[in-house]
Amino acid sequence: MSIDISQFHDVFFEESFEGLDAMESGLLNLDVGAADVESINTIFRAAHSIKGGAGTFGFMDVSEFTHVMETLLDEMRNGERDVSSESTNLLLETVDVLREMLIAVQQKTDTDAQRIAEIRQKLEAMLAGEASEASGVTGNPIEVDLTADMVESTQITIGWNINFRPHQHLLQTGNDPVRMLRELETLGELAVVVDDSKLPPFSDLEPEDSYLSWQLTLMGDIPKEEVVEIFEWVDDECDLAIEEIVGESTVAVENTAGSIKDESADHQVPIIVVEQAATKQVEDAKPKASSATPATTSIRVGTDKVDSLINLVGELVITQSMLGQIGDSFTQDMLPQLIDGLAQLEQNTREMQESIMRIRMLPISFAFNRFPRLVHDLSGTSGKKVELKLSGEQTELDKTVMEKIGDPLVHLVRNSLDHGLEMPEVRLAAGKEEIGQLHLNAFHQGGNIIIEISDDGAGLNEDKIFNKAVEKGLVDASEVLSPDKIHELIFLPGFSTADVVTDISGRGVGMDVVRKNILSLGGSVSVVSKKGEGSTFTIRLPLTLAIMDGQTIRVAGENYIIPLVSIIESLEIKSTDVKRLSGKGELYPLRDEYVPIIRLYEIFGLHPKSTDLEDGLLVIVEGAGQKVGLFIDDLLGQQQVVIKSLETNYRKVLGLSGATILGDGTVALILDVPGLMTLYKDPSLAKVLINDEQVA
Amino acid sequence: MAKILAVDDSASMRQMVAFTLKGAGHTVTEAADGQQALTIAKMQAFDLVLTDVNMPVMDGLTLTRELRALPAYRFTPILVLTTEAGTEKKQEGRAAGATGWLVKPFNPDQLLATVRKVLG
Repeated sequence: MSIDISQFHDVFFEESFEGLDAMESGLLNLDVGAADVESINTIFRAAHSIKGGAGTFGFMDVSEFTHVMETLLDEMRNGERDVSSESTNLLLETVDVLREMLIAVQQKTDTDAQRIAEIRQKLEAMLAGEASEASGVTGNPIEVDLTADMVESTQITIGWNINFRPHQHLLQTGNDPVRMLRELETLGELAVVVDDSKLPPFSDLEPEDSYLSWQLTLMGDIPKEEVVEIFEWVDDECDLAIEEIVGESTVAVENTAGSIKDESADHQVPIIVVEQAATKQVEDAKPKASSATPATTSIRVGTDKVDSLINLVGELVITQSMLGQIGDSFTQDMLPQLIDGLAQLEQNTREMQESIMRIRMLPISFAFNRFPRLVHDLSGTSGKKVELKLSGEQTELDKTVMEKIGDPLVHLVRNSLDHGLEMPEVRLAAGKEEIGQLHLNAFHQGGNIIIEISDDGAGLNEDKIFNKAVEKGLVDASEVLSPDKIHELIFLPGFSTADVVTDISGRGVGMDVVRKNILSLGGSVSVVSKKGEGSTFTIRLPLTLAIMDGQTIRVAGENYIIPLVSIIESLEIKSTDVKRLSGKGELYPLRDEYVPIIRLYEIFGLHPKSTDLEDGLLVIVEGAGQKVGLFIDDLLGQQQVVIKSLETNYRKVLGLSGATILGDGTVALILDVPGLMTLYKDPSLAKVLINDEQVA
Repeated sequence: MAKILAVDDSASMRQMVAFTLKGAGHTVTEAADGQQALTIAKMQAFDLVLTDVNMPVMDGLTLTRELRALPAYRFTPILVLTTEAGTEKKQEGRAAGATGWLVKPFNPDQLLATVRKVLG
């Protein structure tokens, strides 16, 4: 029977990556010099599982590489090797390489053979360096031995004499002599002579003990290994003697069932057979590995989540049958029951929706996990002393959002390390603790998840930022800006304050990209900073990308949706309050600031009955850190809407983030506030087919 | 066919073992560590136990010892799935009361052959 084991590859990759993460965090937490056995054991176990799985699923490179690592870990575990920062760092590098190897295998791309070989050499050098006779990887000794045997034997084996005397307690290992005899029988012609001389009188017989012995004659050209293998599990639970019966080859061979015929007279032949078998195995393994189906992304869901879903489906079925009954014999006086039933249905639906959304939710620790390593490495290269604190790791977040927030987070953390935290001596001089604090925090607030990255470093240097912005032509030197406004400048495209481009944040990616990425997730990022005390970057993200709370509005007879999160307030205005500035359009004085008015019907080229500001409403929205007033005809209801992508069905449209289907079946477009602002500033963009790169 | 308890902390290995054995007509119960396996084994009887060695909570050798101490499992075949082919490790397995072992990596055919060997 042949089983396609490639179907288990996805699970294997998933658990291997989890194992690597566990190894990494375990290694980072190891106390050099005084590592506790249990943590090393956990790391060892992860390596061990990857090795075993990789071997089973035919990824021999991965398996062999992990073997070397495992050997090192095994020595540490057994106390034969001290946990040094050198070995920890090497193991961390090994984890990286292993991860790359697994990704390469999963995606069927090439590995960096040179790097793998280099790390492997380092590992082997470390293993060889101190007392350890455990050698790395050798070939397969079994085949070598086998061929050696064959060459030596000039005579042909025609059978085996086996004397098998089980010890008293053999049965208690779960082994059964009868099964072994049956198995011997499959190898050749078996003659059995039983020795029952040790059998006591029935009254003294212990049913759990063995008393019988056997003298067996097994005829056939059978390799000794096959015979030995049958007794492999019991060789210290019995007395066993296996003697070769040698004889004339031609006669013996013909008597043997199922073995090699005339050719076996030539002792060279078995060697070739063995080699063929060996190459065949290799060939077998290869197509299995390469014919694997492309990896699908999967998600691990706690059974509690699935259970609650099943519960809800149960309730839904009950509601459905109740409504069905009402429907079968409906009369006017049953209206209250019908309304009850529909209310129930609404509740079921909402609970189910929430429950299904929860399935896609993962704790943010998945995104946070990489930071201990990152901070460890970066503080090593920069000479800064940093203590990383993580909190709110259990805060849940949609899987897609999580995947996309990873890079911006890395950038912000790098930024805090590079620009925020000072060198130890600078900190001491400023009267601060030598070790800088970096804090990653996550929590839920309303329908959002908030992620804070705070440091107790130098804070943003407002003068430097302002000067830089003037230099880059982003602001006018004569402008007077509040500290908050100056802080906002760092998010503008083409802004970078680093004096020297460093390895840490000088990667050609600025804060503007961070903000762009966060905006594309429907989120926002802001910074609060105090000179000398540190900075806090706050990322606000929707919990999910699939569903959002929307405000339905009406413009010239068309329905649109504004994301509720971006609405600040809505008001009726008088056109006499509005200031008109040449080149800047209309501005509305909202308390102490002027807010530009965007007339939506103009943007969308519609013709409303009235264009008087008195006849409509102004909805103040915020996007990209800026407020604008959207002029609309009317506010309709608020509801949760399921976002349908425009890109998949049409193409990306600036100013719109998607579409949804309303309860009455009509389609409403969902407004993208930052996009509208861009469009307002440059209406010609509406005509341009926008690709991803250009969208703010 | 036989009732088999498959114990491994690696989900992929467990699934592979279970899938293979089910394909051969056996009934398979899965457990992710020794403790879980022991709890399950106390509630129902099995014809064969296949266990990984290195597992969190309770390792495979401890599980083997614990099972052998139960009257119902005195003679039940217990196979240890191990990546270590060295005699020392095998000796440990035997001392714990294991019937035999299967060295990883193994393929489904080798697994079935070994299971046939103990189940007859």
